[in-house]
Amino acid sequence: MKASTLTIAILLAAASQSTVAAELDLKVTNLTKGIHFTPLLITAHNNEDTLFEVATEASTALQTMAEGGNIEELVAQATAAGSDMAANPAEGLLAPAASTTATLSTTDGNEYLSLTAMMLPTNDGFVGLNSWKIPTEAGTYTINLNAYDAGTEQNNELVVEGSGAPGTPGIPAAPGGDAGTGGTGILSGDTNTNIHIHPGSLGDDDLEAGNSDLSNTVHRWLNPVAQLTVTVK
Amino acid sequence: MSSANNLKKSLLVLALATTLAACSDNDNDPVVEEPVVVEPIVVEPVINEFTITFSNLTAGQPLSPLSVIAFEDEAPWTFGTTASVGLEMLAESGANEEYLSYESALATVSAEGGIGPGETTTVIISVEDQETLNLSFAAMLGNTNDTFTGLSLVDVSSLEVGDSLMSTTVAYDAGTEANTETAETVPGPAASGEGFNEIRDDTADIITMHPGIVSNQDGLSTSALGVEHKFDNPVSKIVITRTQ
Repeated sequence: MKASTLTIAILLAAASQSTVAAELDLKVTNLTKGIHFTPLLITAHNNEDTLFEVATEASTALQTMAEGGNIEELVAQATAAGSDMAANPAEGLLAPAASTTATLSTTDGNEYLSLTAMMLPTNDGFVGLNSWKIPTEAGTYTINLNAYDAGTEQNNELVVEGSGAPGTPGIPAAPGGDAGTGGTGILSGDTNTNIHIHPGSLGDDDLEAGNSDLSNTVHRWLNPVAQLTVTVK
Repeated sequence: MSSANNLKKSLLVLALATTLAACSDNDNDPVVEEPVVVEPIVVEPVINEFTITFSNLTAGQPLSPLSVIAFEDEAPWTFGTTASVGLEMLAESGANEEYLSYESALATVSAEGGIGPGETTTVIISVEDQETLNLSFAAMLGNTNDTFTGLSLVDVSSLEVGDSLMSTTVAYDAGTEANTETAETVPGPAASGEGFNEIRDDTADIITMHPGIVSNQDGLSTSALGVEHKFDNPVSKIVITRTQ
């Protein structure tokens, strides 16, 4: 009993000594013409607890974010890992060409930055940054971010209400209000079930029919889809 | 106005003329009949010269003559904002006269002509030395509705003679014309349609990145463009070398 009290005291002392490693100003800009971002999550973490890893299978938490925009599970995971985070700095959707800012104080050992946000309208596309080493030198750094495919859902490109739940096929919403209906569904041969670079949406030129509910002149994109500016103070 | 006031004003002008010496051309002032002309100390302005090479990295997009604008504070175009009429004209037709008449410009220059895919052009801009000196670049992708590439702002204040900066550029959408890709609206050689039209009918009247060409071979049946007009980023390469 005495020993465990002592252990707790030591742990508490260690916790209170954990120093601020870096003060960061963050700015995220949506570079796309027709894609909204769901709530962003930016974490500073150690060399293991990234939000996602390319060419590996997505966690359920990442799948939940990529298919429906819900970051609660990712936040819980990051909290458990002792990551520092800026969650939902835009307080909702980040529209095309819009920017949002956040500040982040990192604790010792959290030397890497990761970022995720679902891209709407897509099935399981997300903008991501995977373990970017935070520079120790003060200055402003600009990083271009690419679009990833979580690999957890076929890109059928059909807007289906309620399809944001993991495992329910479809695009949960098109916030620009410019998607169509009545598509028959894209049959994609994309069999890569690991996280990969998104091949892009196809869309079609008929908003009431065709294969896709997306518009091919509005809902496509080219990389990079976002820019992250990090100011190390 | 009373004569007393006039005299007072004239005396003030005289005093100023004497103090400043070089200000001797008050030709609307009847009192100063024989202005004392003092040779001003001529400070030769330091001229910065930049040589720019511009390479077209696309598969099949001609690029309109590169526009270069030197400025101090406010860039001629900025991501996420509404395009000026000058930029709209450049992005919809390739014509850059209005764009280059940018009022905050310290100097402007246009490349002599456009460049085809795989080609490189060189352009030189000279501008008096400034504490803060920025360059901005823009050129249209000809076989599109309103696509342009360039760099909004490059700070060249601290560039020494002989130093170079290199950057690749991405494709931007001016946000001023819907991306219909039709023969009537694409001015480049693929369609020879209309260039500038003041109607702004895009999804949002702001500069964003471009989503790319769809083409009639990839699902846009009314497009005048083929797969050879598709592009991906980057679309051009710009090298800035301070040569004086």
